[in-house]
This record gives sequence, C-alpha cells and structure tokens, in this order.
Amino acid sequence: MRSHLRPAVVVLVVMTALTGIAYPLALTGLAGLLFPDQAAGSLLHRNGQVVGSALIGQSFTAARYFHPRPSATTATDPNDASKTVPAPYKADNSSGSNLGPTAKALADRVRDDIAHLRAENPDAHPPGDRLPADLLTTSASGLDPHISPAAAAFQIPRVAKAWHLADDAVAALVAAHTEEPLLGLLGERRVNVLTLNLALDAAAK
Amino acid sequence: MTMLGWAQIAVFCACIIGITRPLGGYLTRLATGERLLLSPLIGPLERGIYRLAGIRITDEQGWVGYASAMLVFKTLGFLAAYAILRLQAGLPLNPMGQTALTPDLAYNTAISFLTNTNWQSYGGETTMSNTSQMVALTVQNFMSAAAGIAIAMAFVRGITRRSAATLGNFWVDLTRITLYALLPICVIFALVLVWQGVPQTLGAYIDLTTLEGAHQTLAIGPVASQEAIKMLGTNGGGFFNANSAHPFENPTALVDYLQMLSIFALGAALTNMFGRMVGNERQGWAIFAAMGLLFLAGVSVLYASEAQANPILTALGMDGSLGNMEGKEIRFGIVQSALFSAITTAASCGAVNSMLESFLPLGGLVPMVNIMLGEIIFGGVGSGLYGFLLFAIIAVFVAGLMVGRTPEYLGKKIEAREVKLTMLAILSLPLVMLGFTAIAVVLDAGTSALSASGPHGFSEALYAYVSAAGNNGSAFAGLSANTPFWNTTLGIGMMIGRFFVIIPALAIASAMAAKKTVPPSSGTFPTDGPMFVALVLGVILIVGGLTFFPALALGPIVEHFALAAGTLY
Repeated sequence: MRSHLRPAVVVLVVMTALTGIAYPLALTGLAGLLFPDQAAGSLLHRNGQVVGSALIGQSFTAARYFHPRPSATTATDPNDASKTVPAPYKADNSSGSNLGPTAKALADRVRDDIAHLRAENPDAHPPGDRLPADLLTTSASGLDPHISPAAAAFQIPRVAKAWHLADDAVAALVAAHTEEPLLGLLGERRVNVLTLNLALDAAAK
Repeated sequence: MTMLGWAQIAVFCACIIGITRPLGGYLTRLATGERLLLSPLIGPLERGIYRLAGIRITDEQGWVGYASAMLVFKTLGFLAAYAILRLQAGLPLNPMGQTALTPDLAYNTAISFLTNTNWQSYGGETTMSNTSQMVALTVQNFMSAAAGIAIAMAFVRGITRRSAATLGNFWVDLTRITLYALLPICVIFALVLVWQGVPQTLGAYIDLTTLEGAHQTLAIGPVASQEAIKMLGTNGGGFFNANSAHPFENPTALVDYLQMLSIFALGAALTNMFGRMVGNERQGWAIFAAMGLLFLAGVSVLYASEAQANPILTALGMDGSLGNMEGKEIRFGIVQSALFSAITTAASCGAVNSMLESFLPLGGLVPMVNIMLGEIIFGGVGSGLYGFLLFAIIAVFVAGLMVGRTPEYLGKKIEAREVKLTMLAILSLPLVMLGFTAIAVVLDAGTSALSASGPHGFSEALYAYVSAAGNNGSAFAGLSANTPFWNTTLGIGMMIGRFFVIIPALAIASAMAAKKTVPPSSGTFPTDGPMFVALVLGVILIVGGLTFFPALALGPIVEHFALAAGTLY
C-alpha cells in the first residue's frame, strides 16, 4: 500500500490542477473570446437593461403577454424556513414537479388550471375543445422558455384583444417566432415566449 | 409516436455504429501503449507526471497491486473532495456565498462522484460554489471515468494474455486515458456547448427585472466545462438541480443529441477495443449486438409509453396529442426525452433531460430495468464492458453445462473460481438494491422522505437504491434524500455497487491471465455469432427478471393498472 502513496498523491494533485483548474479556466477564457454572449448566459437587453435570457423562461400573468407553461419551482417560505412556497420560473432553483402519474396533487392542479385557462381565454376555441397539454403540465426544469405552437394559438385571441390588434396580426408575429426542428429532424416546433413578448412590446410602440 | 420520432432514434443508432470503430481503434492504441496523434503534444507532460510520481511504465501490477492502487487513489480522492465540500465557505470562487455542506451530505456527494454515480442529494445552484463544482466534482468526474476505463482495459488484458501474472499499470492507464482521450474530447465538446448557449463564466448570478417588473435571478457558472465530462464520462451529475433539463445545461435539440451520443460513445467504442485486443473484431460486434438489442427494446417501450397522454388528465379535458408532457421540456418533446432516458440508464450516466418520476408507470419502469440488468447496455465507461463480460462468462458456463463440456471463453477455460467470483459481483447488486429498499420502506426515517404514496412511493424508494448500487445517479427526484438516513445508506450502496464488482472483476481477470490458451476445437462454443448473442441475452434477462420482477410488480406494474383504473393516491 505504501508504495502506492507517492503516485497517488502526485497523480491526484497533477490531475486536480489539470482537470479541475486549468481546464475550466482555459475554457472560460476561450469561451469568453469566441462566444462571449453565450458564455455570459445569452442575455437579452432592452434600453441598456438586462431583461432576461433567451434560454430561460420567465413568469407572465398579464393578459397582453403570452403565458409560459406552469412552473414547479419554489422558494423558501419567508415565514418558515423549513417549508417552500411556489415561485414560478425561479431561475436559481430549477426543479420539476416530480408528481407521479397517479398523484392526486397532479390531477387537482390540472383541474384547477383548466378552469383558470378557460376563464382567462373565453374567446379561444382549441380543436375538439381540448386544452393544449403543455399549458397544463410543468416542465422538467421549471424554466422551459418555450410553448408549443398550439399553446400559442390558444392564447392569440386574448393577447390580440388586450393590444386592440387583429388576431391575424398577432398570429403573424407568432408564426415569425415559431422555431422549426433542426434540419427538419431534431427537436420539436416551438415558440420562445420571452422573445415573442419582447416583439409584441416592440410592435406596439 | 411519429415517423419523425423513429427517424431521430434511427439516426442516433446510425451515429453510434459509426463512432464505434474509429474510437475503438483509438482506445486500442491507447490501451496498448502505442504512439497516438497527440503524443508529440502531450507526451512530455505524460512523462513528466511519471517522473514526478516515480512511476515506471514497465512496472506492471497483478490484480492485487492494480486494485490496491485504485483503492488508495479513491481514498485520497474521497478525502480531497470531502474536505473541499466541507470547507467551501472559506475557499475562493464562491460568489454566491454558499455555506459548507453537512457531514452526511459531503460524504454522500464525495462517494457519489468518485464511484461515477453522481447521485445528487443536493440542488447544484443552491448548494455548490464554483470551486466545489470545478475542483471537487469535475476532477472526480474525470478520475472516476478514467478509472472505470482503466479497469476495463485491465480486464481485457487479463483475457488476452497467456500464463501472465500482471494486468497493466493502474497509474499509466489512468494518466493516458485522461490525457489522450477524456481531456482533448472534452475541450472540443465544451466549446461546442458554449457555442450553442451553455454558459461558461466565473461571475456571480445575474439579477434582472422581467418584462412584468418582477425580480429574477439567473444561476450561472462554469457550466460547459463540467457538462462535457459529465456526459462523456457517463457521470451525470448536473451543475444545476434540473440537470440536463435545465436550459443552461442543455439549451437546444442539437446539444441534447450530442449529449446522448457522448454518453454512449466510449461505452460502444470499448466493445470494439475488446474485439481488437482479443484479435477478432467480431467478438466485439457480438457484444455490441446484444447490447444494441436490449437498448432498442427499452427505448421502444419507453417511447411508446410516453407518447401516450396520462388518461386521468385527458379525462379532465387536456389534449392528449403531445403525449405525457409533465416533467418534460418542449424543445426535446417526447422522443428526445424518451431516447435520453433510455440512454442515460442503459449507460450508468444518470443525467436526465426530463423528470423520470413523472413518466407513466411503464415509462418509469424501463429506466429502472435498464439499471437493474447491471448497466451492461453499453454501460458506464469501462464498467459497462467488464459488467457485460461477467454475464458472458455465465453464458458460456451455462452453455458448457448444457452440453457437458468444460466451458471456455476466448480460449480460456472457465473454472469454479471464475464462476464464483462472477456470481459474487453479479449478486452483490440486487442484495444492496432490494435489501436497502426493504429496510427503507419499513422505517420512518425512510418513508418520511418519500413524496409519493401508494405504489409510486415504493417505486421512489426502490429507484433510489437501484440507482445508487447501479452507480447510475438518476432519481425519482421527488425523494427528499438529503437526510442522514438516506445519505448514509445510499453512500454505502454506491460503494458496494462499485467495488464489489470491480474487485472480483480484477481477480477474475488475473485468474484468466494466468491460464494457458486452449486452441479452438469442433466442440468450442463460438462467442462471435448470433447463438452467443441469444444465449447471453437469455442469461441477462433471466437473472434480472427472476431477481427483480417481484419488486417491479409492487411498484410500476401495480401503478400501471391503478392508472388504467383511474385510481389516485
């Protein structure tokens, strides 16, 4: 055993220096040089202020904005540090709901959200009168920046009404912000909620 | 299910088949000490390490020497990682002022990363400083992956050598794998990740005001450098709590695809390295075929399951056409979520891009079964190959019994000692998985951490120990595992799952190395054809099925019927 001690110490120290210090630091330098925007978090600016990241969803509740998916992220309860309270799109505490398919809490939540969505969107007429699944399910990270095109279409009448715009005008904006699968193969059709809402704000000015 | 979905799966399989041979050739040259493309660049550094450490390349070790070198190295690695995690509050690169980990959490995390499990009882962005992420966790990501591959190389040398007493030099293998394979690939991979949007910065989290005037804090850090080795080394420990579902770890469908390819890349290539080293690449392809068939079966069931919507929710008025989207990200959809989950549990990676706990019962069953079978479907880097070869030994043993002949594998007679050691390795896993689950579900300390009740609660506990002993690291993550009971028992499970396989494997390798080679005769059972593939698959499924079916029946299978009946818990 003792004969292993010197190689073990030397290899661990050298490898720590290489893989734990030199490698991440060199990459930080290279990334900042080659891809400074991405390395810093793909931040979006408006009037010189950071308003979000193109990759991270944020909470929207106003009628004039498209709403993201429900989020299961939480924050520490200010009144009791051992408990948590819902805090959607809390981007420093990512989490899914981790509710199983037979969880009563899941069915209860979806039932409430369906009533809520119908009340919020009285003019929406989804196919078969069924609500888009992504507006009723929480994402894995709680920070999903996207919704499906169907979930965007569902919200168009509400958003258009709030801005006093024609449905078609908002639909055109949604279409322009719909991203396609890479090479027609990888990934899903999707709409980035934050960049779409930024475009709405800009169009209204 | 869609044609486009199946096309994504088919393209993935084609890519892995394409990677296997070239990367396998590279690993063979690495294992046999030949000059490599990067030798002029890295050679001086490599020789410098040997000089400093007093390592002579020609000094080979027997299995006891090889295993004890690994154990000494692991012990030191544990102490270093534990110390950093306990002292992180006072160490540099802690812009968010993260406090020290509790002793049980630091112990659990250090064991977790050095056994290549990467079980996480903590949420990354709320717990770890940048120093902890880089110097404690990233280092062990590299070292545990390199050690796994080193053991696989030693095992294969044992099979190929004749009347030999040594298996190689642990320090040389570890150093060469890190310097010539893991580090160079990671540098390139990490840069691709940054290009696609994975952050790489040492700054503090970003505070901002949202469009609606709310306050949001973006957790950020040196993510890309850790992400690359996390996938390539089948480690799986996320920088963030949401792991590869977090948009900063996995921002695009392309990154997701590359992450999946990188999980399987080395495991698949090692089958080819095995074939080349035993002098017949078909031997490697036979193993590849057996692994590939198990993988296709798993991914098909998973995809078919998750493409269905939860019937309880559609009955409430939800549109079912997107499939089961609870705990999944839009940019990946059902197919990339199902594919990723099958891959991460077939290999001992454990990274997740969707929350396994929210899968439908049969969708959640597949990841569990993948791990229960021993993670030999390409498997963890290195551990997948030696784990599979243990089943191959049982398969030829069974074949030998059937025809009444002394079994042999690749010209080596398989005798009582090898079979006993193989059974020790294979049986230690279910003992830990099922034994600890049984204890946890009858103790308050166990059940109080469960988030679900009914069969799903049982699945949560079972998954945790299956994942720990299998060195996978994924979870039914509703479990509040950061308690002394869970941290301690899971830590023990991870150690047994790692070392009770590695040490018998090295002993078997040594016993094989000492044997003479028997020339093949007309009575030799060929191990490079479809008959062998079918037999070894049969052994894997019978051992796994008989061991785990009762436990699976209590968890996901009961829940499947409960869901169909609309029962809620």
